[in-house]
Amino acid sequence: MVDATPKARTEVRDRNFDPRLPQRRRKALIVRGLFFMATVFGLLVLMVLMIDVVAKGFSWLDWGFVSNFPSRNPEEAGIKSAIVGSLWMMGLTALFAVPVSVGAAVYLTEYANRGWFYNLIQLNIANLAGVPSVLYGILGLGLFVRFMALERSILAGALTMTLLIMPILIISAQEALKAVPQGIRESAYALGATRSQVIWSHLLPIAAPGIMTGIILSLSRAVGETAPLIMIGALTFIAFLPESVMDPFTVLPIQIFNWTSRPQADFQEIAAAAIVILMIFLFLMNLSAISLRNHFERNRPY
Amino acid sequence: MSRTPLRSLQTNVYNSPKERVVQFVLGACAVATVLTLFGIAFVLLGESFQFFSNVNVLDFLTDTEWTPQFVEKHYGIWPLLSGTLLVTLIAAFVSVPIGVASAVYIAEYAPASARRVLKPGLELLAGVPTVVYGYFALTFVTPLLQRFIPDLQIFNALSAGIVVGIMIIPMIASLSEDALRAVPRSLAFGGYALGATKLEVVTKIMVPSALSGIIASFILGLSRAIGETMIVTLAAGATPRLTANPMESIQTMTAYIVQVSLGDTPAGSIAYQSLFAVGLMLFLITLGLNVVANKVIRRYKENY
Repeated sequence: MVDATPKARTEVRDRNFDPRLPQRRRKALIVRGLFFMATVFGLLVLMVLMIDVVAKGFSWLDWGFVSNFPSRNPEEAGIKSAIVGSLWMMGLTALFAVPVSVGAAVYLTEYANRGWFYNLIQLNIANLAGVPSVLYGILGLGLFVRFMALERSILAGALTMTLLIMPILIISAQEALKAVPQGIRESAYALGATRSQVIWSHLLPIAAPGIMTGIILSLSRAVGETAPLIMIGALTFIAFLPESVMDPFTVLPIQIFNWTSRPQADFQEIAAAAIVILMIFLFLMNLSAISLRNHFERNRPY
Repeated sequence: MSRTPLRSLQTNVYNSPKERVVQFVLGACAVATVLTLFGIAFVLLGESFQFFSNVNVLDFLTDTEWTPQFVEKHYGIWPLLSGTLLVTLIAAFVSVPIGVASAVYIAEYAPASARRVLKPGLELLAGVPTVVYGYFALTFVTPLLQRFIPDLQIFNALSAGIVVGIMIIPMIASLSEDALRAVPRSLAFGGYALGATKLEVVTKIMVPSALSGIIASFILGLSRAIGETMIVTLAAGATPRLTANPMESIQTMTAYIVQVSLGDTPAGSIAYQSLFAVGLMLFLITLGLNVVANKVIRRYKENY
């Protein structure tokens, strides 16, 4: 096929063939640099953001800021009720979301026949994960605040957050369950275990680290969410600690939103201080999830 | 162990009542997700129905003014829609090139050691709460831009759009990276064997092969931008205006929803019901984009 005469070789030099190798290599190197800069851009922004909030908020960070209730006077304002509200919200959301989501994931990976029903639920979960969070707030307003008459309580907020994080949680729990080798199921069935025994004593313990990672990541999403809680009406000046799940509440992101949207510079600076606290908390959660995942990826039991 | 009574070998333990109860309860959990989507649609449709019995659907879709607070009330969705599209467009300009370039770098160039730092870094960026991004847009990006563009208003679509774009970079990057990784390596090796440079392999073989997945990542990213709430509420303003000028204060659909629920609009009034009509519009747009994107992703997963 190949004609090696010099005449034929010159004919190959059409526009699709570019033999200037040094130039092409140089171009490849420059573009590689551009790709690298694009990747680092996101991390740079994250650094700038952190430096900015620490610079603005650092002078406001003291014990009084963590232990005071909100106030009209920025000097006295604190985030005690917001921190307690966020913890309540996280605990209750985990309590509701984890069993239902893990149950749904187990059903989908272990029980459901791969048919129209399975496809419908999978498609539905993928679509739910893309619904804007503010619309979950509207659902919470219509369903929990109004219809179930829970008013603007922690319970209504936590139920709304549960619906919000369930798709993420189900997807990650399914991934964890699918990663369990088929042989483990088969050997358990071979010894006469029933389906629920296989799930309870083999699949869930083996998939637990993966499920835990998903739980931590989705809860950190719930802690940072603002819009759905504004919709159900959590934006209030709360100068007391909630005593039951039916009490009104505020959370850190809502306190930050409230202070940021005020024109006074002092309030914007205490918003920065509250952001520092929120970000430290979220970084710790994210880091623990990432290191949990890395740890178990390195030390797989099978 | 020996205490366990021997079960008759005739009993079918696999279909015992207990097993069936477990299956039923787990199945109910899965069905709960379907009910969530129906619940959202039901709440939105119910209140929107009230709204559209007071406001003509045609006016809603064609009027170019949105003035629910004025004496002369207009309920035309276009100013809110244009505000949303303006912010989304700016976000796309920021996130699409940077997101794809990051995906290409992480999937094709980065050594394993760099990848171990870069991927968690992008995950951290994805974990920043949107209210923090909103703070950043209002108190850092806007003053920074005002140094170069003196006419820039305090609330403007530009800085909100840029920050929304930064927010969706990790999403586009990680979905595009998945798409690039799904392309068989043999295609790249074929390119190298023909004497292509790395850049040529990436731009002429890998990216075109992964194109459907990359486009799906754009669609999902933009749907996220359309539904983004806190950044635009804090930084883009509360002035519904039919404009393409990114220097001005505008209002997006999501920001309007928040504004109504923050204010003391009495429940049952038309202004209150308009919240649900705008929400329905938002729901239909984002759901449509998601359905399309998920279809595309499903198709490319089948191809390889």
